[in-house]
Amino acid sequence: MKKEERKLTAVEIPIGDIVEAETAVEFNTGSWRSERPVWNKEKCIHCLTCWISCPDSSVKIASDEKRITIVTGIDYDHCKGCGICARECPPKIKAITMEHEKK
Amino acid sequence: MIKTVYSKGKLVAKTGNEVVAEAMRQIEPDVVAAYPITPATEIVQIFSQFVADGIVKSEYVAVESEHSAMSATIGASAAGARAMTGTSSQGLSLMWEMLYIASGLRLPIVMAEVNRAISAPINIHGDQSDTMGARDAGWIQIYSENSQEAYDNMIQATRIAEKAKLPTLVTTDGFIISHCMEVVETYPDADVKAFIGKYEPERYLLDIKKPYTLGSIDLQDYYFEHRYQLAQAMRNAKNIVLDVAKDFEKTFGRKYDLCEKYMLDDAEIAIAVIGSTAGTAKVVVNELREKGIKAGLLKIRVYRPFPAEEIAKDLAHVKAVAVMDRADSCSGAFAPVYSDIVASLYASGVTNPKVVNYVYGLGGREINTGHIIGIYEMLCKIASGTEKSSNKVEYINVRIK
Repeated sequence: MKKEERKLTAVEIPIGDIVEAETAVEFNTGSWRSERPVWNKEKCIHCLTCWISCPDSSVKIASDEKRITIVTGIDYDHCKGCGICARECPPKIKAITMEHEKK
Repeated sequence: MIKTVYSKGKLVAKTGNEVVAEAMRQIEPDVVAAYPITPATEIVQIFSQFVADGIVKSEYVAVESEHSAMSATIGASAAGARAMTGTSSQGLSLMWEMLYIASGLRLPIVMAEVNRAISAPINIHGDQSDTMGARDAGWIQIYSENSQEAYDNMIQATRIAEKAKLPTLVTTDGFIISHCMEVVETYPDADVKAFIGKYEPERYLLDIKKPYTLGSIDLQDYYFEHRYQLAQAMRNAKNIVLDVAKDFEKTFGRKYDLCEKYMLDDAEIAIAVIGSTAGTAKVVVNELREKGIKAGLLKIRVYRPFPAEEIAKDLAHVKAVAVMDRADSCSGAFAPVYSDIVASLYASGVTNPKVVNYVYGLGGREINTGHIIGIYEMLCKIASGTEKSSNKVEYINVRIK
């Protein structure tokens, strides 16, 4: 669970409408989702097309023991469920499918 | 007659425009963006000549409108440059939207402004309607009585803006100062440069090591806090103006304050006025004093931030005060400076002086010593109780009937 955002005061915020870089990570945009991508680890060939295509950097990657970059899952805190990853996943592989978000 | 007060100062004959451009040459900002044709005066035109002649290293951006001039200046300032512009009248009106963005983003832009009337009817003569219309835009506003003050104010404005992180405009009355030649004392380039110092912004967009977003959307949860910051910055700017003035006096020998009190301490009647008319009124005060009439003058130099407590203190002992406005707010009630002064008096618990409002000089209409003597005569009657003070705006030198 994300902790409740504490609103800063006029003294605490930077002056002149400055927003610090890299603050998007703080926002749980995953709550906007109506469909979720489900990644099938067995089918995935780790071509990273989904990772390149994701507009929100929500495809998680890591290095395996041979130092090869592999997909490890989906960041559901930031994935808005746009479905681009599922569409771009090679048709013969279909490692990502979109499913209705259940509350 | 102006005399040198600075050991290395030099007396020169220059128009108000020339001497403001001279200050800009000495300040040598990184970027100047402007639209240098009427209604702007020749300030930026003269400056653009300095750039073309290679006298200054400043980047000069010739834009297609004042809206773009202010936008380009904002862009340059946000990027980390010391940025300036200049305009007047309709030009300032066209900058309207961007004036608020400059202050909201807290960019220390300095603008050389010449007070000229607002259309319609078309008129470009001396009139403070342009900057009075921008009085709530979050800009520090410094008015000049003569060319010397305009020159000194430009030099001080650079430091004030950068310390307060607020855009600052320095004004001169159109034609009366801007196009009129006077003797002015200028200071050596190196001394002016040493006084203003190097501009080192804390945050700027071209600083790739500390990236940030500037001018983002700011809704119900943070907009109010940012506007509060801006209002607070304007309150704090009062001390910054005074600190810079103190240092300026120490360096160059000329004394500046938020307001200038002229024969005011023992005055029974007084005029409060902004800009070049203060000079005319001083002549009248001298004449009246010779006759034994206790007349005084309060010249407001810094109109934003408004020196409310100071003015209330300065006017508390005066029996009758006339506030002269070279702009009419068309509010159906009173003109801008009057509203500010009366609010300041009342809020400070000063209810003794009778305060009347005179609108004068719109569109460059003449205001001479005779008109001002007339006002002081009326003040004498109000002070002695033989005449009731008017509860509405009075107009000087206009054919009403």
